[in-house]
Amino acid sequence: MMPLAAHDHESGIRENPGSHTHDHGGTSDATVDMVTTLAGTVLPNPVLTASGCAAAGRELAPFLDPAALGAVVTKSVLLRPRSGRATPRMAETPSGMLNSIGLQGPGIDAFLEHDLPWLAARGARAVVSIAGGSVEEFAELARRLAGAPGLALLEVNISCPNVASRGQVFACDPLAAADVVRAVKAESGVPVLAKLSPDVTDIVAIAGSCVEAGADGLSMINTLLGMVIDTDTFRPVLAGVTGGLSGPAIRPVAVRCVWQVHAALPGVPILGMGGILSGLDALQFLLAGASAVSVGTAVFHDPSAPVRVLAELRTELARRGITRLSDVVGAAHREPHR
Amino acid sequence: MSARVVSNEPAGAYHLITLDAPAVAAGAEPGQFIAAAVGGPQTALLLRRSFALYTADPATGLIQIVVAEHGPGTAWLVRVRPGTPLDVVGPLGRPFTLPAEPGTAVLVGGGYGSAPLFDLARRLRAIGSTVHMVVGAGSAERLFGTADARTVADSVVVTTDDGSVGVRGLVTDALPGLLGPRGVSAVYACGPMAMLRAVGETAASYDVPCEVAVEESMACGIGVCMTCVLPVVGVDGRSRMVRSCIEGPVFDAGRVRWKDVGTLPVDVLGADAMDGH
Repeated sequence: MMPLAAHDHESGIRENPGSHTHDHGGTSDATVDMVTTLAGTVLPNPVLTASGCAAAGRELAPFLDPAALGAVVTKSVLLRPRSGRATPRMAETPSGMLNSIGLQGPGIDAFLEHDLPWLAARGARAVVSIAGGSVEEFAELARRLAGAPGLALLEVNISCPNVASRGQVFACDPLAAADVVRAVKAESGVPVLAKLSPDVTDIVAIAGSCVEAGADGLSMINTLLGMVIDTDTFRPVLAGVTGGLSGPAIRPVAVRCVWQVHAALPGVPILGMGGILSGLDALQFLLAGASAVSVGTAVFHDPSAPVRVLAELRTELARRGITRLSDVVGAAHREPHR
Repeated sequence: MSARVVSNEPAGAYHLITLDAPAVAAGAEPGQFIAAAVGGPQTALLLRRSFALYTADPATGLIQIVVAEHGPGTAWLVRVRPGTPLDVVGPLGRPFTLPAEPGTAVLVGGGYGSAPLFDLARRLRAIGSTVHMVVGAGSAERLFGTADARTVADSVVVTTDDGSVGVRGLVTDALPGLLGPRGVSAVYACGPMAMLRAVGETAASYDVPCEVAVEESMACGIGVCMTCVLPVVGVDGRSRMVRSCIEGPVFDAGRVRWKDVGTLPVDVLGADAMDGH
């Protein structure tokens, strides 16, 4: 099995990880090299915020230093200001939540004037998420962002379920996804990540299509399309009827997606996300093949979650005798060395 | 940050929870709220629950909230035992605006929505204002703070829909008698949205400024999730979908588009961009 004794093989359920020993050459936290490279961009550590779960960083400043994270992934920006949907926009679900915000945001002009400079002034690296209704809109956003100070990467949101097409998004069609990626790559001065939806028959096919079109890396996963019905009113809870499911409920789906894509495309950098609440959750994504992770819905539970997850990840790596974070990326795919 | 439950007592239909939370108590203003994680360390309930501060005492470090049980999160909270650690974030949100000069204020609370008004009344009295309170609810057990009201206000009107205590009727029924003759300089209200709308419209008809603390469902409480929005008219005349957690919960009642709450009015900034995608 694994090179490190971490499982209770008798029960198959690991109820109390704290009672297990990880003393295989355990080292101190400070000696773990947390540097990672994501799509050719060197980041001081692998823990990022997630698009839509950190606004543009400023609201989290009372709780964490945005420069202390690997990067801040901003809420998807569109060309024009966008109101978002009517309320209710949220429904709590078991170990998760549905959201149906509808990409509310100030538009690219205000973003470039206020939001990105704020992040740059604080020394934070920005992964700017862009979203649009057409290939041309995505390309125009990439053009507007080219050369902006603080911009480290673009994340192309071709998979937000809260759009008029109700989940029939670019990321459900390999050709449409490739068209967007190709157009953004032609305009972007920074590496481009394509954000993929798990709501597809074969995520590896979509991933391959995006990479062929020039994507420097992949972000996965976006939310799953879901729905809750109010049993008193007999009506959908969300004003938008359907919403995106996030949180720990989707974590196994996300780890599976990262695993499958890394297995098929081992050279493609992955930003992994989906229900990460702890350092050990983050480690699962790294082991599956992600070079970095985004902490999203956990921020609603704990505004300081990204820095906490980073600290926990560092500790857990040290406990396992790992001195370089890059050594664990994709390690779950490798044959055990007994 | 971690707070500790000091006591948890029934108060009519509600529970009054006292927390040792010095960092919250130190900077809190009336109208602000806390967001509490519920369900303990291994909870499957990810979203925080927001509660207006009923009291916040910097000297003792104690804060108090009023909780009504209406879901799995509040069901857990009303049963939480003294000594239990509770993860709270706060104080959050924009508080009520205190006037620069003393005046006469009417404070209107519906149900446990009255909770933030008592500290507000104390502040207003401390600067020399006269305070009249209207405290109402559907029935006697759903009133909150009527005894407090008598200690912090110059006059108190209690209303219940069923007439079980005080005057039968709605809180707004008491307003003409207060707003008509007395030279009232401000109305402050907290309670259900329909009540806030009615109080705001009544205050407007008497040309009295009115601030309300709204109750919108929130996921994060800190301004990142964009869940708790409502349509509000800005100083520039444009309507926007505004976050009640950081741009509120206290709003000028005249700027909230009450009849459009829960909808997307076509003239709201950015509504035109919702077509197509």
